[in-house]
Amino acid sequence: MELLKRTETWNITYTHALGETASWFFVQLRDNKKIYGRRDAKTGRVLVPPRAFSDQTLEPTTEWVEVGPGGRIEAFTIVYEEFQGLPPPPYAFGFVMLDGADTGIGGFFRGLDLSDPAKAAEQIAVGTRVTTKFAEERIGDISDFWFETD
Amino acid sequence: MKAPRVGIIGVGQSVFTSRRDDASYPDLVREAVVQAMTQSGLDFDAIDGTVYSLSPDAMVGIGNAERLGVDAVGGRYKPFLRINTGGATGISAVAAAYYHVASGACDVVLTAGADKVGECGDSQTVLNKIWDPIYERPLPQGTITMLAMSAVRYRDKYGMTEEDMARVVVKNRYHASLNPNAHLNKTVTVEDVMASRYISWPIKLMDCCPQSSGGGAMVLASEEFIRDNKLDAVWITGAGHCSETYYLGDRMGKGQLADHADAYALGKALGRAYEMAGITDPQKQIDVAELYAPFSNTEYHSIEAAGLCEIGTAVPQVNEGRFSIGGDIPVNPSGGTLCTNAIAVTAMIRVAEIALQVWGKAGGHQVKGAKRGVASGNGGDHQFFGAMVVEA
Repeated sequence: MELLKRTETWNITYTHALGETASWFFVQLRDNKKIYGRRDAKTGRVLVPPRAFSDQTLEPTTEWVEVGPGGRIEAFTIVYEEFQGLPPPPYAFGFVMLDGADTGIGGFFRGLDLSDPAKAAEQIAVGTRVTTKFAEERIGDISDFWFETD
Repeated sequence: MKAPRVGIIGVGQSVFTSRRDDASYPDLVREAVVQAMTQSGLDFDAIDGTVYSLSPDAMVGIGNAERLGVDAVGGRYKPFLRINTGGATGISAVAAAYYHVASGACDVVLTAGADKVGECGDSQTVLNKIWDPIYERPLPQGTITMLAMSAVRYRDKYGMTEEDMARVVVKNRYHASLNPNAHLNKTVTVEDVMASRYISWPIKLMDCCPQSSGGGAMVLASEEFIRDNKLDAVWITGAGHCSETYYLGDRMGKGQLADHADAYALGKALGRAYEMAGITDPQKQIDVAELYAPFSNTEYHSIEAAGLCEIGTAVPQVNEGRFSIGGDIPVNPSGGTLCTNAIAVTAMIRVAEIALQVWGKAGGHQVKGAKRGVASGNGGDHQFFGAMVVEA
């Protein structure tokens, strides 16, 4: 028998509040090209990206600590497939332990030739040193910075 | 306190495919429910309550689709509860059904659900939305990229090649070829996998699970009810759960509590299930395992978390065939999540498959003589984990 289909698109605009902690972080990034974490007073760990409270102690974090701009790659991937509504491939991103931080922050890796996957992966292997770079025009978003290998 | 035994008396599952244009969403739920109810030999009056298995709404494109599903589970005028722990949803639903019976609140509980992932167009677009909108969604994080990063760390820590990953695919696709319900059920070679295109390095297309449509259902009952009604059952003897914190960046570097290479919290969930079941040496006491692994590389850390080999040693043991049908402890004899992923019920099917195995009813992919098995489910940001031991 003839089987019918019906197409629907969900297109909902949300305006998400960043809250005090992420707002302060992104203002520093936008206006001063600096990356900060928050210190968990009880454990001493510097959480990057910054959070208002520690997931281990549940206590509020107490202090802003500047981290980076250097760091070490902890994880990466290179995306070669196009997904609906996501950036055009290829792109590389992953997690970097910025100097002075105790947790990794996600960011893009730029300045790489991604045409040969194996060679590109070698250039951003776990342990590779990177430096944070900042966009000329910053808007207070995660896209304001990225990492390049030293 | 010794936990009361809870039996599995009925199992139902669809023949999974990309699309089921002959069936609406509730039609698919009902399809599995009818199978499970038929096997149990009970009618709907015997069901005291329903646990509904449904992961993110956007995957089926129906907000709170349990509203539609309530009719398909015969839920009217009965207790009804929806469970969602992402990919772990199915095993969380079985657990909720289990606790309803084990607590004495119900004698018989039905758990059921369905998914139509093939209708959503692009599951990674939906799954990108499970990340926080502030720091990680814009990256853009997704489940493939998240687990590609686990592969990168596993490779760095223990050694693993893309050919090794391909051998997991070859094993599971062979297993799936023996299972008429599996979605990707054609055998492949290492060369086929290596020739498939990169999705998220080092994960290639054939290292990925498919986007499946189909339903799953199980009927659970108390030992007393099973005895009084002279029903055939297999037994859930262990149930364990564990969650991990949200931020992926906390699972790496010098401050790490658990390495993203591994599946630490999954290991905790499995350990708790083993402890409850009195299992002290899983390598000797487990006959078969269905471990939730949607990408080839994630089967390694799941096997290790299940204690079926030492941490960091799964790669050579998969290659040697220890976890294949005919090997020492077959893992994912159904083909597993790698070959079939109707997300809302995938982790339920892991438990259902182990039930069929220890019942001796698994058909073409039956593991000979299996009497005790373990199932697991993973959900969220590699974050919510469930495990169950099932025995004949």
